[in-house]
Amino acid sequence: MSLLERETSGVVMTPDNIRTRKLPVAIDLGIAVVALVLAAAIVLGAGIGNWVLVIVVGAILYLVGLYFAAGRVEGKRAAKNKIARAMIYSACILAVLPLASVVWTLVSKGAARLDGDFFGSSMNNIGARDANGGAYHAIIGTLEQVGIATLMAVPLGVLGAIYLVEYGRGRFALTVRFFVDVMTGIPSIVAGLFVLAFWVLIVSPWFNNGTPRFSGFAASLALTVLMLPTIVRSTEEMLRLVPGPLREGAYALGVPQWKTILRVVLPTALPGIVTGVMLAVARAAGETAPVLLVAGGAAAINMDPFSGNQSSLSLFVYQQASDASKFAPDRAWTAALTLVALVLILTIAAKLLARRNRLS
Amino acid sequence: MAKRIEASGVSSYYGSFKAIDGISMTVEPKTITALIGPSGCGKSTFLRSINRMHEVLPNARIEGRLTIDDQNIYDPDVDVTAVRRMIGMVFQRPNPFPTMSIYENVVAGLKLNGVKKKSVLDDAAEKSLKSANLWDEVKDRLNRPGAGLSGGQQQRLCIARTIAVEPQVVLMDEPCSALDPISTLAIEDLMFKLKDRFTIIIVTHNMQQAARVSDKTGFFSIDKTGEPGRLIEYDDTQKIFSNPTEKKTEDYITGRFG
Amino acid sequence: MGDFPSRSASTNAGGPGVTARHIRSAGNGVSPIPPDDRPPLGGGSALPRKSRFSLETGFKGLSTAAGAMVLVIIVAIAIFLISKAVPALNANDESFLTAKEWFPNETPPHFGIAALAFGTLLTSVIALLVAVPIALGIALFLSHYAPKRLATPLGFVIDLLAAVPSVVFGLWGRDVFSQPVQHFSEWLNKYFSWIPLFGGDGPFGRSILLGSLVLAIMVLPIVTSLSREVFQQTPGMNEDAALALGATKWEMIRTAVLPYGKPGVIAAVMLGLGRALGETIALALTLGTTFVISFNLIQSGGNSIAANIANTFGEANATGRGALIASGLVLFAITLVVNMAARAIIYRRREFRDSAA
Repeated sequence: MSLLERETSGVVMTPDNIRTRKLPVAIDLGIAVVALVLAAAIVLGAGIGNWVLVIVVGAILYLVGLYFAAGRVEGKRAAKNKIARAMIYSACILAVLPLASVVWTLVSKGAARLDGDFFGSSMNNIGARDANGGAYHAIIGTLEQVGIATLMAVPLGVLGAIYLVEYGRGRFALTVRFFVDVMTGIPSIVAGLFVLAFWVLIVSPWFNNGTPRFSGFAASLALTVLMLPTIVRSTEEMLRLVPGPLREGAYALGVPQWKTILRVVLPTALPGIVTGVMLAVARAAGETAPVLLVAGGAAAINMDPFSGNQSSLSLFVYQQASDASKFAPDRAWTAALTLVALVLILTIAAKLLARRNRLS
Repeated sequence: MAKRIEASGVSSYYGSFKAIDGISMTVEPKTITALIGPSGCGKSTFLRSINRMHEVLPNARIEGRLTIDDQNIYDPDVDVTAVRRMIGMVFQRPNPFPTMSIYENVVAGLKLNGVKKKSVLDDAAEKSLKSANLWDEVKDRLNRPGAGLSGGQQQRLCIARTIAVEPQVVLMDEPCSALDPISTLAIEDLMFKLKDRFTIIIVTHNMQQAARVSDKTGFFSIDKTGEPGRLIEYDDTQKIFSNPTEKKTEDYITGRFG
Repeated sequence: MGDFPSRSASTNAGGPGVTARHIRSAGNGVSPIPPDDRPPLGGGSALPRKSRFSLETGFKGLSTAAGAMVLVIIVAIAIFLISKAVPALNANDESFLTAKEWFPNETPPHFGIAALAFGTLLTSVIALLVAVPIALGIALFLSHYAPKRLATPLGFVIDLLAAVPSVVFGLWGRDVFSQPVQHFSEWLNKYFSWIPLFGGDGPFGRSILLGSLVLAIMVLPIVTSLSREVFQQTPGMNEDAALALGATKWEMIRTAVLPYGKPGVIAAVMLGLGRALGETIALALTLGTTFVISFNLIQSGGNSIAANIANTFGEANATGRGALIASGLVLFAITLVVNMAARAIIYRRREFRDSAA
């Protein structure tokens, strides 16, 4: 009687029967077992692979079997729903495996050289046959470079964000905003090359009798380029969350806009800004390529960031990884563990801070 | 087409919070039933329990018995999607799919059900839009985005989308609360028209609207915040608005409470 | 992250638009100091005039300069890279764009970007082909399948993984992951060597496949975390609408979530592509460093622009550095285009959503 029933046989729009049959869990499990056994028989029987292939083939057979079984019992739509869910769950498992392996290797291999010597000595005079040697110089380098970069990037980034939120209007502000976003995607190696071309090859000879010179400060410059857009974006977001009435209250008292920003707006947004800065610092601490290009790397301790080669933790990992000494991998993994610990502590602290001080 | 709905002792929970307590009522086919009451009294929760949309929220569960023509929709072997196809729902705020055209919005439910034939979809779209009193306004721009319509038109589009799958019951959760008076009247007219084919249950804050459109009215209330909502009185609309039995109902409709 | 207003804001009528305008008018429209040409009110003494140079203009100028700094840096990157690349390109004996080999330190220097650019694109594309479906699966799991108790910590872990430095992934790929990949490559070669992708006589291991898979693992958290954000922003009322029409969960996702999130997902994929293209250290540690154009995925070999810079920078002379800077310029141009496209998509989507709300 309805239009649909007349026109499309087989399509029941509103079934009188709302009951459905469900695929019993036992059959679901049964399909899984049969799929695995079948896969094992095929793979091992034909000798074309090991247990990994058995699992892969088994999973595929299971999905196919499930689709047909569920399709018969519950209908095609329910079967599709089931398969989609199964695929989404397997995507998670598939992704967890390598990531778990990364974490496991980090901890197990990284513990090998987790000793006082590692944190107390440099690689100066350490030959290929020496088992000792440490990352002290690299840790100094990371702290100095990231510290200087933070000192440069934070004021610049916060002021840039203030411009975007408080003063910026029209086409120019939109352009700035757009390119801040674009700049977050600039590869770190390009930032390194930029500082190489600009600072190391062109500016640094002025201070060094005409010869180009690597320095930790050059690495700081490159890290600044990388941190700046992140800080601008996160600060901008925090400033936008500061409630308008707060500002209006200050204006109504006759406080000039710049004072309102410094005294009212910034303090209110401060926790959020700090979070953004910490995330940027964490990212910068992990950068290898720019340090390699403009600080050069060093085996000895160099406390002066403004002259001479410096290393950093991430660069230390890279150089030890490329080193032929049989003791190098241990040093590389311990340094990697240290680096990850540093970065994760910063990141987690930043996120916890953000959670505690949510402005909204 | 239209079906009878019977609730007996329905209680709904959000986690450990009991939102409604022991609702029992019978809704006859091809009638309009209005649920009224102060905010937070559980009208919408009860409405969402009728087509099992309540359980979409995390930790939501329900107790009691809800039957549609004597089939308990909460039986374990019931297909939720079949229940929802049978009991359509129109929401408080118009919610056409923002990425779809007007036409695609109307036939979205049909496509989900495997209808592919263009002629059937075209016919169904036209018929549903005509039933929703929207056809004349949109017939020249069926391929334009649904989100480009006015609020009232969007809501009628949502009604068209709901009735396109030919449900037997249509639930309306404050369908006019986001609309201007003229659009509201248009929707009310539409309800009278749809009454011939569907059982309609409408939640409304607007008592005049309840009085205008409904055959029967249920009054929900809560004692205080944190307590579950209860059905205080359920009777013919005429009676509720002229001579309610309960003191609470009288207080509410005369504006002394809520 | 943070590119979009929160879900609750976007479901409120005109929420984000209204607040933005509100703040804006508070910040800009209302001048705290009365303008010059305003007549004295109430016939009292004249109001103080606005001074020409005040701390206000100074501060405004300072912050404007800081904002403009971003544009200055981007332009400066282009200018300085070009200035250092041109001498090397002039000395080049070959066509920079089509030559495959890389001998910038010889006399006469001859080098070209073709093999490197090819390797960069190939590794990135394979990485995305592997990572994107898995990332979308995880994003949907986090936004629509996992219970909140599981989704929140898991999302947190994914965000943390995005912060793990690339050198760590490179080290892992070289020391740990290369083993299984080598076995897998040998297996592929044994049974599928008739497909050119898996041909060759070995050795296998430090190949395009290894590099691409490590890249895939690295871009996975980024694509996942951005896609999860967009999926979570799907208006709940549209999900309700789909469910109320009798859709299954998967149908609801197909009807309401995926179409709504599509521009956001495209942008996320392109940002992931940008990261993959520019990735240096992980590829420097896992690729086999050859200068050939080959679709063979499993034989040791492969190279990329960024990895080549890290690998050969140490022994480069002046022309060699110029050549590397020239290759970096190409990389800069490619990533700039990819990122601008991604951002343009995000911006257009935001406008669309703000106007529709």
